[in-house]
Amino acid sequence: MAAQPETLRRTPLFDRHKALGAKLVPFAGWEMPVQYTGIREEHQAVRTGVGVFDVSHMGEIETRGRNAAGLLQRLVSNDVRRIPEGGAQYSVLCRDDGGILDDLFTYRLADEHFLTVTNAANHEPDFRWFEQHASEFDADVRDCASYYAMLAVQGPEAPALVRALSDGRLPARFHCCQRDIAGVPMLVASTGYTGEEGVELLMDGDRAPQVWDAIVAAGATPAGLGARDTLRLEVCYPLYGNDLSVDRGPIEAGLGWAAKEATGFIGAEAVARTRAEGPREKLAPFVIDGQGIPRPGNPVVGGGEVTSGTMSPSLGVGIGMAYVPTDRAAPATRLEIDVRGKTRPAVVKRKPLYTREDS
Amino acid sequence: MAEASYPEDLLYHAEHDWARIEGEEATFGITWYAQDQLGEVVFFDPPEVGTTVTKDEPYAEVESVKAVSDVFAPLSGEIVGVNEALGDKPEAINDDPYGSGWMVRIKLSNPSEADALMDQPAYTQSLT
Repeated sequence: MAAQPETLRRTPLFDRHKALGAKLVPFAGWEMPVQYTGIREEHQAVRTGVGVFDVSHMGEIETRGRNAAGLLQRLVSNDVRRIPEGGAQYSVLCRDDGGILDDLFTYRLADEHFLTVTNAANHEPDFRWFEQHASEFDADVRDCASYYAMLAVQGPEAPALVRALSDGRLPARFHCCQRDIAGVPMLVASTGYTGEEGVELLMDGDRAPQVWDAIVAAGATPAGLGARDTLRLEVCYPLYGNDLSVDRGPIEAGLGWAAKEATGFIGAEAVARTRAEGPREKLAPFVIDGQGIPRPGNPVVGGGEVTSGTMSPSLGVGIGMAYVPTDRAAPATRLEIDVRGKTRPAVVKRKPLYTREDS
Repeated sequence: MAEASYPEDLLYHAEHDWARIEGEEATFGITWYAQDQLGEVVFFDPPEVGTTVTKDEPYAEVESVKAVSDVFAPLSGEIVGVNEALGDKPEAINDDPYGSGWMVRIKLSNPSEADALMDQPAYTQSLT
């Protein structure tokens, strides 16, 4: 699936990335910054200060109408009725057999008005899936991906930095609200995918450059997709396309907490069956004991496969996540990873692999 | 990382490796361009002393945070030394690719192979 350079899409911040000297790479059909100065430096900025990511490649679907909640309850795995107005919730989108089509954040903007953020690579099929099922409910869905730019401002100093540019208080964790930031009206959500405090900002793409400039001028380190990946893996957040796919369901992926089968979502019966019988395999976070860096696709000796792997900038060792037979997924289990022909010992750990006390 | 540089006293291989020939021996490493493409090197997996390397074939692996890359031998021979210091300081490959970032030293088995390598002007030309 080699991306053709001429067909790559660019975010409204492309010129900013170029000017900063970012390394740009094809990602899910977009030309995105993988790093500016270096992955470790950007990673560290987010762990100890504040970083800003352009995540405008991510898609957005708006769902509204008299039974908007009913439609979403049917589509996503979590209990949408538990999201308060101004709340946010993580879920997965499943096929009938429980296989994961995408993982999503849904924001409840008003009683029957929701905004769902999708992964770039899945956005178009997700939207068709939403549309296809919308007819069964009194709800309208709208593809807003080309309207919104999205920035993630993350790190222990992120809330203070954004608050200083805001016309009002920031929402509480896992909540969202409308604010003017750097003079631009937007949706501010206290969510993220780095394991740090911070916000995600959704705004009119045309006005995103001035917001980016204000946030960078206030001291945020521009951070690329490379650091985003090491940050999320240290805290064991799964990445669609690596750790999540249609071949496995939320129970196998360790996302049983985000699946509420009683709501009757598409795939609920299959998920309930797996939960009751116990999954054949589970996604296990692990740390390499010694040298070596695991990579996606590395086999686990005796059965299993690495789906994410990197050198952890915070821990200074190779870390990863692998699907392994359930009886080998318990913390402290010793594994062997076949890293391109070399056997590297590893130990299964509890999530997350990194917590602040480790640093 | 320092500015791009390609010393004139080295010979270059199209896979972005360099060789410094001194008599019957040569030192190998990767070029400034190669380390810049890789990004921050976090791991160098060296071959063992006594093993042989073959021109145009990979003899080691170098890893950045994001990627793994093969390191190709610009010339053939037997490994007589490896840069053990890279085990603790793989970032030397970024900081000083032609100095403390050297990778292996070999005893050449066929010195005439050097005729096929590029000199500095030819290599820099190939990068444009």
